[in-house]
Amino acid sequence: MKRHDARDDGFDDFLDAIESGEGFYLECENGHGSLPPRRLCPHCGSDELAEVALPETGTIETFTVVRVAAPEFEADTPYVTAVVDFGGVRATGQMRGVEVDAVETGMEVEAGIGETETTGERILVFHPR
Amino acid sequence: MTGVRVAGVGLTHFGSHPERTGRDLFAEASATALDDAGIDRSLVEQLNYGNFMGELSEHQGHQGPLMAEAAGLDAPATRYESACASSGVAVREAVKDVRNGEADVVLVGGAERMNNLGTAKTTEALAIAADDLYEVRAGMTFPAAYALMAQAYFEQYGGSREDLAEIAVKNHDNALGNEFAQFQREISVEDALDAPMVADPLGLYDACPITDGASAIVLVSDEFAEQHDLDAPVSITGTGQGGDKMALQDREYLARTPAAEKAAEEAYDDAGIDATDVSVAEVHDCFTIAEVLALEALDFYAQGEAIGAAARGETTRDGGLPINLSGGLKAKGHPVGATGTSQITELTRLLRGDHHNSDAVDGDVGVAHNAGGTVASTTVHVLEVNQ
Ligand SMILES: [Zn+2]
Repeated sequence: MKRHDARDDGFDDFLDAIESGEGFYLECENGHGSLPPRRLCPHCGSDELAEVALPETGTIETFTVVRVAAPEFEADTPYVTAVVDFGGVRATGQMRGVEVDAVETGMEVEAGIGETETTGERILVFHPR
Repeated sequence: MTGVRVAGVGLTHFGSHPERTGRDLFAEASATALDDAGIDRSLVEQLNYGNFMGELSEHQGHQGPLMAEAAGLDAPATRYESACASSGVAVREAVKDVRNGEADVVLVGGAERMNNLGTAKTTEALAIAADDLYEVRAGMTFPAAYALMAQAYFEQYGGSREDLAEIAVKNHDNALGNEFAQFQREISVEDALDAPMVADPLGLYDACPITDGASAIVLVSDEFAEQHDLDAPVSITGTGQGGDKMALQDREYLARTPAAEKAAEEAYDDAGIDATDVSVAEVHDCFTIAEVLALEALDFYAQGEAIGAAARGETTRDGGLPINLSGGLKAKGHPVGATGTSQITELTRLLRGDHHNSDAVDGDVGVAHNAGGTVASTTVHVLEVNQ
């Protein structure tokens, strides 16, 4: 059974948008990026938030190969969790389509949606460009 | 404004005690602290208690009054939760209350029970200190979060797994002779490098263990200490707290911990000291890289320069600034909610001269750095021997 039966508005909207190829993030009037759900910019408190298109590619800013996971990801190990910089915003997800030992900082990637092996839960994934 | 003395301190053994409940652990630590203070428990005016994952590990919320009972107190009690900084926050609030005259005697402590869950469930429980939507659901574990910071640090400033291994070796060495420590055995750099990887570049020996344990301290006002003729030579003279974004992806820095920088600056200002006055520190080394980040945030080192400190012998027992003479979280153990007050316990004993490593301390100013989550919250406290 999936753990997350309830819909998390904002977050699920974000995953839906990525899935349909229309990824977005939130940008405040001062140019700070963040991911939903937000009522205020986490960087300056502005409530003027607009959806802007997520750039097609980002670069891996930092990553790790997870070899010991929580039960929900047990069958996924080893996997790469990466923080990817898309310019206006960063996002955290799993690398797919590349050997775990071949991942490098600075690698150019694009965002997509995948499923975890352990629970089938929907997850933000990155593929090498 | 009155000064705040540490009148007494107490610890249980830190280790694997799956058969012992949180209330049993805290009953022991609090009794030890009150005995050490020489204060009758009827004089305690409030309990500030830190605990993180009691709902998950013991199916127990509302632990404040439960732990007051365990400590034999007839006093109001509040639980503070700030992940691994839970009891650090409890200390800070107690210091404020004593200073502003709200209370003269406060018992502060914490406990955590973790081993009864098993490794996988504990990993899952600890992960709730990260952002559930954007980190936990991406498969980020706690070691993984610190691994992301370690990788970012290496990328930006350099450093190697060997440098991190030297920190683990140092902290294990410091724990030799600490009767309260989970690990009292030497390790070598090779042992650390050869251990299984958990989340690259962090291996098993870069991580603190899963620990059960409790700690407690008794804080009193200067006036109370004088009236009751207490032998309480150590005071908490500075307190600070800082915060940062919950998720790493929303942080300005991935290889720096501004929450700790803010907490340190506030605590130093409060005490009227700076980093060069500090003789000894207990820092939150839940992972070896965390000690590096702490030393830079505390302004003992410039950005990017603390990575080799242990290897160069600067932070070892016979170095200029000994760090984690207790063994740290790495070797002494990390019962999450108990860690903040256990650091104050170790420093108090180091400064008053009844710690197994007291001889390594040259000076009378100590600093405790207690970090919550991936350093989204931090407290820093300054301890000084009364002049
Ligand atoms: Zn903004």
